[in-house]
Amino acid sequence: MSTHVADTVENAIATPDKEQPYAALGLKPDEYAQIREILGRRPTSGELAMYSVMWSEHCSYKSSKMYLRQFGQKVSEKMKEKLMVGMGENAGVVDVGEGWAVTFKVESHNHPSYIEPFQGAATGVGGIVRDIISMGARPVAIMDQLRFGAIDHPDTARVVNGVVSGISFYGNCLGLPNIGGETYFDSVYQGNPLVNALSVGVLRHEDLHLANASGVGNKIVLFGARTGGDGIGGASILASDSFDAAGPTKRPAVQVGDPFAEKVLIECCLELYRLGLVEGIQDLGAAGISCATSELAANGDGGMIVHLEEVLLRDPTLTAEEILMSESQERMMAVVEPSKLDAFLAVVAKWDVETSVLGEVTDTGRLIIHHFGEEIVNVDPSTVAVDGPVYERPVAYPLWLDALQKDSASTLPRATSGAELREQVIRLVASPNLADKSFITDQYDYFVMGNTALSFPDDAGMIRVDEESGLGFAIATDANGRYCQLDPYAGARLALAEAYRNVAVSGAVPVAVTDCLNFGSPENPEVMWQFKQAVEGLADGCLELEIPVTGGNVSFYNQTGDQPIFPTPVVGVLGIIDDVARRIPSAWQDEGNNIYLLGYTRDELDGSAWAGTIHDHLGGLPPILDLSTEMDLAGLLQGAAIESLVLSAHDLSDGGLAQALAESVMRFGVGARVWLNDIIERDGVDATAALFSESTARVLVSVDREDDVRFVGLCNARNYPVLRIGVTDQRGDDAVLDVQGQFIIPVSEIRERSNETLPKYFG
Amino acid sequence: MPIIVVEVMPKAEILDPQGKAVAGALTRLGYTQFSAVRMGKRFELTVEGPVTAETLAAAKVIADEILSNAVIEDVVSVTELGA
Repeated sequence: MSTHVADTVENAIATPDKEQPYAALGLKPDEYAQIREILGRRPTSGELAMYSVMWSEHCSYKSSKMYLRQFGQKVSEKMKEKLMVGMGENAGVVDVGEGWAVTFKVESHNHPSYIEPFQGAATGVGGIVRDIISMGARPVAIMDQLRFGAIDHPDTARVVNGVVSGISFYGNCLGLPNIGGETYFDSVYQGNPLVNALSVGVLRHEDLHLANASGVGNKIVLFGARTGGDGIGGASILASDSFDAAGPTKRPAVQVGDPFAEKVLIECCLELYRLGLVEGIQDLGAAGISCATSELAANGDGGMIVHLEEVLLRDPTLTAEEILMSESQERMMAVVEPSKLDAFLAVVAKWDVETSVLGEVTDTGRLIIHHFGEEIVNVDPSTVAVDGPVYERPVAYPLWLDALQKDSASTLPRATSGAELREQVIRLVASPNLADKSFITDQYDYFVMGNTALSFPDDAGMIRVDEESGLGFAIATDANGRYCQLDPYAGARLALAEAYRNVAVSGAVPVAVTDCLNFGSPENPEVMWQFKQAVEGLADGCLELEIPVTGGNVSFYNQTGDQPIFPTPVVGVLGIIDDVARRIPSAWQDEGNNIYLLGYTRDELDGSAWAGTIHDHLGGLPPILDLSTEMDLAGLLQGAAIESLVLSAHDLSDGGLAQALAESVMRFGVGARVWLNDIIERDGVDATAALFSESTARVLVSVDREDDVRFVGLCNARNYPVLRIGVTDQRGDDAVLDVQGQFIIPVSEIRERSNETLPKYFG
Repeated sequence: MPIIVVEVMPKAEILDPQGKAVAGALTRLGYTQFSAVRMGKRFELTVEGPVTAETLAAAKVIADEILSNAVIEDVVSVTELGA
């Protein structure tokens, strides 16, 4: 047993002047003073441990809170209609009809994934899946949004291969389909990759669970994996009795996950819900027991007593502070009525899940933690979990931004011949950010569970919820860091619009949003300005589209050396489709269909993939966005889906029309004959812009000739710009992409160039 | 030819799912006298010629940098077999 004696409340009162290592735990002097003021004494080392982790940026949102409030304020009645649970809980929950609800959330696991890519990414998946379980839902899908450093940098392969294997290991072992996501490369992410993980769960309305500890006398039960010394690098500072005594024991800062334990935990929790044995539930993630106890108590009746020696330990030498801070994976905390405790214990025993009763709910308004009979924590839980510090950090307009915005891509040299256009199309297709990602996605299982209707490389992932009716959901995520660097307000709205459009092209109706806001240091006023702009843009955009933000995550301090990452607000949009049989695939599948382009093309090359790939250029202003046009477009696509008028629909975004055409011919090997003259004539652009402009609100659709009149009629009735720009051509070995009057590329060549990029660096 | 043996174990604080699975299986099979199992890796490096201080030093370097992941594993020993 440990010889370490925990600092008691009594001891803290008796030794008010004891020096405490608050700075090494990441607390600022004024925060430490605030804790002393709240408690009316110095904190015990256990309390200091709890406050330090719960008041960290990661847990307290202290720099972002004042901005995030907009998501709750900029809402209309319509936005609340389908929302069952909004921000603040483990994940948002949306009513999808027929008694079903869907819960979803995206979260970051950036920093651990740089230190230890495999385990960092794996536990990122595990963590977000537990958030979904804790809402009462069965997890049914995952997605990952990845940003890595330059593809040719020597360290990138280590991170890419580790992260991708970590995601596939954890997700595949859990038996969850990975139905989409994004992968981008840019040197700004070199020392700070972004590994965001999204999970979606499905539940019946009556199974909804929340994280609160109510009902005096109800038991607090910890179940799942044992508590070990994972991820408590910081706690070791407290483990040594006094700050200046013998050096701290070295504890690892990362965690190792066990997906098989999590799978058992999922099934165990679902059985507990089904039998009605749980009053409240919370998963253990960052800040472990500190977070779970204080949040449950603060959201419930306000009081709780916990006996820490009851926590089952993997390592008996752990100190009380370490137990409080441990981030061991695969653990859950439940609130259980005493009369149901035996039944609860019988269920967890059946699943071979270890369990211990730690304490109970009280009405004292205090969270009291005992360790072997000694009181080591006595706090008001809301001061730990809810009323942490809130900072209005200085904000400054970036000095470099005006010059960047003036440096438009419109002056860059354009292609002067068909041959040059052909070469540029190929270079874009083979560029790291547009190249085929199946090297990554092939490592993921995307059909397991048998409900996947759409997945990579479709624009959105789609899962069937109800086997009888075909009811399902679609989900897509986006974030264009380059646009956000040029204008974070517009960039965040563009990310929202693209995710919205990607859901719409699948035939689903967009209904809700989750976000993972990845930014640099909040202590840098320019970064804080970017953050402020992006949140405003996103909140305004959601209000215009009338779809609410239901939850998400903020990740600050993402930088390579002193260089902040591009602002990368990952936006996920969830949509509902009445019957997944009416989904619209992303690419054409047959010969002889007409190809239409919906929307206008403007000369918008600033921030584009063309500017980046061909000219290594980033400057100017991102494309113009009109969200009401996006709503019209979504309405049009839903109308077309209901009447089954379109055979495929593919959103135009990075790489513009050229990339959309390339992806459409590659997918099923069906070639196309396309002409640009109508676009050039109607929209007054040149061939380069027609092919590479990234104007918004555009979709490429294929339509059966028999439905031609009805389809064009639908577009005209809705007053949406439509142009027939080609026909799908023969499939097979001789299939070509023929852009008439400009160039011809064999589909086999496009595919080869697109497929070879990732394996060349990581294979 | 001489052989250098490198032994690597997961760090004591870190969860070892493989060891945990083996421990669970042992209990199910009735071997209740073993309360925990931790599972590591053993490498055998066959040396061309005699083992010198330099070869051992080189083995230590690759043990630390290539054969183990310092974030979650410890190199427990680097020794010559039978020496």
